[in-house]
Amino acid sequence: MAKDLKEKIKPEVYRSLGLSDQEYQNITKILKRQPSNTELAMFSVEWSEHCGYPRSRKWLRLLPKTGKYKTLIGEDSGGIIIDGLAPLETTKPLNSKTKSLTGLAIIFKMESHNHPSQVEPYEGSKTGIGGIIRDIFTTGARPIALLDSLRFGPLNIGKSKYLLKGVVKGIADYGNCVGVPTVGGEIYFDKSYTGNCLVNVMCIGIAKRSELIRAKAFGVGNSIMYVGSSTGRDGIGGCSILASHEFKAGEEKRPTVQIGDPFTEKCLIEATLEAINTGYVVGIKDMGAAGLTCCTSEMASAGNSGMDIELQAVPRREENMQPWELMMSESQERMLICVKKAKVEQIKKIFLKWGLNASIIGEVTNDGGVTIRDNGKIVAQIKAHSLTQAPVYDMPYRKPRYLRELNKLTLSNILKPKDYNKVLRKLLAAPSITNKAWGYEQYDHMVQTNTVVLPGSDAAVLRLKGTNKAIAATTDCNSRYCFLNPYRGAQIAVAEAARNLVCSGAHPAAVTDCLNFGNPEKPESFWQFKNCVQGLADACRSFNIAVVSGNVSFYNESPKSAINPTPTIGMIGIINDINKTCLQNFKQKGDVVILLGYSREELGASEYLQEIHNLTRGNAPQLDLRLEQAVQKAALQVIEKGLVNSAHDCSEGGLAVALAESCISNKDNMIGAIIDNLNYDMRLDALLFGESQSRIILSCSSDCVEKIRKIALEFKAPFRVIGKTGGRVFRILKAEEELIYLSLEDLYEEWSGSLKKKIEG
Amino acid sequence: MKFGVVVFPGSNCDQDCFYVIKDVLKESVKYIWHKDTDLDGLDCVILPGGFSYGDYLRTGAIARFSPVMKPIADFAKKGGTVIGICNGFQILLEAGLLPGAMLRNKNLHFICRYVYIKTENNQTRFTKSYNAGQILKIPIAHNEGNYYIDAAGFKELRNNNQIVFRYCSARGEVSEQFNPNGALDNIAGIMNKKGNVLGMMPHPERSSERELGSQDGYPVFKSIVKWLKI
Repeated sequence: MAKDLKEKIKPEVYRSLGLSDQEYQNITKILKRQPSNTELAMFSVEWSEHCGYPRSRKWLRLLPKTGKYKTLIGEDSGGIIIDGLAPLETTKPLNSKTKSLTGLAIIFKMESHNHPSQVEPYEGSKTGIGGIIRDIFTTGARPIALLDSLRFGPLNIGKSKYLLKGVVKGIADYGNCVGVPTVGGEIYFDKSYTGNCLVNVMCIGIAKRSELIRAKAFGVGNSIMYVGSSTGRDGIGGCSILASHEFKAGEEKRPTVQIGDPFTEKCLIEATLEAINTGYVVGIKDMGAAGLTCCTSEMASAGNSGMDIELQAVPRREENMQPWELMMSESQERMLICVKKAKVEQIKKIFLKWGLNASIIGEVTNDGGVTIRDNGKIVAQIKAHSLTQAPVYDMPYRKPRYLRELNKLTLSNILKPKDYNKVLRKLLAAPSITNKAWGYEQYDHMVQTNTVVLPGSDAAVLRLKGTNKAIAATTDCNSRYCFLNPYRGAQIAVAEAARNLVCSGAHPAAVTDCLNFGNPEKPESFWQFKNCVQGLADACRSFNIAVVSGNVSFYNESPKSAINPTPTIGMIGIINDINKTCLQNFKQKGDVVILLGYSREELGASEYLQEIHNLTRGNAPQLDLRLEQAVQKAALQVIEKGLVNSAHDCSEGGLAVALAESCISNKDNMIGAIIDNLNYDMRLDALLFGESQSRIILSCSSDCVEKIRKIALEFKAPFRVIGKTGGRVFRILKAEEELIYLSLEDLYEEWSGSLKKKIEG
Repeated sequence: MKFGVVVFPGSNCDQDCFYVIKDVLKESVKYIWHKDTDLDGLDCVILPGGFSYGDYLRTGAIARFSPVMKPIADFAKKGGTVIGICNGFQILLEAGLLPGAMLRNKNLHFICRYVYIKTENNQTRFTKSYNAGQILKIPIAHNEGNYYIDAAGFKELRNNNQIVFRYCSARGEVSEQFNPNGALDNIAGIMNKKGNVLGMMPHPERSSERELGSQDGYPVFKSIVKWLKI
């Protein structure tokens, strides 16, 4: 280290690593000396926004960590515990000393891989999938499902098509090979994502509670083992340089993107779960962002211990790698394990059986420091806590001026359409609404044989083998709402995710979030972040559900634009009786169609305004959380009592689109409907395409209508019979006027074929 | 009755097959590691789906060299019952236990969805529980399911009734329109001449339980059990 210190570190050096002058000063204060190159590199990645959350942490504390289900908050992911049939009232963090660890743990997390995907869509999305899967199985949980929330610029731009194709192929090639089904998600298109696409991936895993393990290293003398792929120079600076800065014109960032290998990951899953099963593993962590630096410092810090590491023992695939390169590399499919000292050989054998590296690179100490050696010579020596306790910044924020103008919407200035059929057809073909089979049919969504509800409904449903229960999962965020009203937009994302789950028959249980925003150093951008987090926190509290894990992605900007604020919500729900699982499509002719909730005359921020009038204006739809709860509780009860044959959330495109989807989303059994009782007094375009919240469409046989009405009344949920199913045509009438008259085949063609046509021509 | 499910590195339907045999059929089953050289008195070997060795070369091309393939070939030669599903089918082709080859899907995409197949031959140990011509709703999930064989080979397949399943419409119409991957003559599954080795691209283990939306794959396993018990 002494030799390292001879030359004074120039500001260009630490600035090029993403550290500010002030941060550099702090580092010298902590160390009481100038850092070595390796130490500087380690601080730069651990204090980056991607790893240390210095700019967001203050606000993230608002998010509720407890809720109606028992929660588990881990280092890299979190989850809930299901003990019995009913949600539990008490909530305590998992205590590792607790002996009676019964129950099933559902572990889940969502993470972004936006910047790498924008630079190299195929490898970017692949490594996104790989990373999130590792975050799940390093808790001891078997990954059982993936969902992905993708956002791109408009499809008439060639680059957007290229990005979409690359990202979807990356997800398919990685997820399919690794054997984790991709069961749901969303794809949205908006011009704000033109220069910066979003790739948010969520993974769900399950484990017996007693088999869970944490990302901690403790027990002096225990071994630190490196397992998985060898280390190369790929991904150096991925988190600090790429993910923690906005895109500038003409920059070449491809070398910072990591490369993924799903075959190795599949072997790593099996080997790791087998190793954890032995009981000899103390703690384990994925070498994801910031690689070895992150694993050594965070595992030591979480375990209140220290670590002494010898870099010569690190398996590598390139020659002459410098210590700082080894510490920063983000080569994929690698993990660090803390193993009981006497059991090293047993664990090693498991990884070797699966054809993976397993090398002892150090041991646990009790000095609280992370000591890194290269051939015995110390190249870095830092207190673990000082690396993991990144500074917290209080970022200035300011409401953007443009909102005052944009929030104004005078309905009388919006031309009323002459032909509502034409509008409906156009909306069903709109890329953000249309059927996404082009994407999800490229994903294996059935492997592991748990998928009860396939992609394309409101939420994916997975059975829990050996029980009569299932979990439902969905991702949600309307970023146009969040752009025009971040606080309410984030609340709606939570409300709608919960509504999606309820429509499948599930009790909303817990949330993971992936918060995608622009440059936090711009006060207007930070205002969006702060308001979204507040909205998210308040909505989760009102539903009494916890945010168990999450991720922040800032700097989603390019010279072309900053993205719409996009707080993507991933939500899990519990279906207590798998036989009561509900789908969105009408089941039989002659059923009664019911609308729970009511419609307001509002068109602000709607897909209709965007697609038909090319306007992003007005305010997000109103949201009354009490009404939302009433509607959801009533819907859940009638579903659980088996009174309804279908349930569908009303969202983008409004009532007309939701009803059309209920008619056509089961290709083998499409059923028409006549909707003739929409007695609202309002503009017809608002009635058909307005996006009022808290609405659910049900269908049921006629003898169940009164029972449903009674339950709705009990919960104070507005109830209205609006029509009947049957025939080969979808019709909406108001008084004598026929607003919509379209054959099922016409509807299906618009809805099912348009995405493929736009992508493949 | 003893089933064995082979595990290659990269197999990912091994646990699904295991589950169906053990928990749905309630038969005895064990895993066979790809380096095992002894089949230990098994009655039926299942080569499951997945991406053996990552399928980085041609699908199944590396797996065929796994040590376990030698005893499986001997087992097949002696008339033992072998079924390869998806990647397992691809491995059987590479190993020469079934004739023909797999090309990439015609649309060059991975395809995962329900399709319909027609039972072309219900006089086999794998299909005895089906009616002649029975139409099955069953999922596929593959990137290379575009079956190909030369004209002479195809003639032989036909003459010997080795074509077991063909892609069709919900009503049983077999035509190019209902061919998901471009397979020659809509072939979804074939067997060897002796009738003891079956390869099929669709996944019967994914369609053996009511909760999953189709039980049409279940009779494949049921047929094997019945045949073995005779």
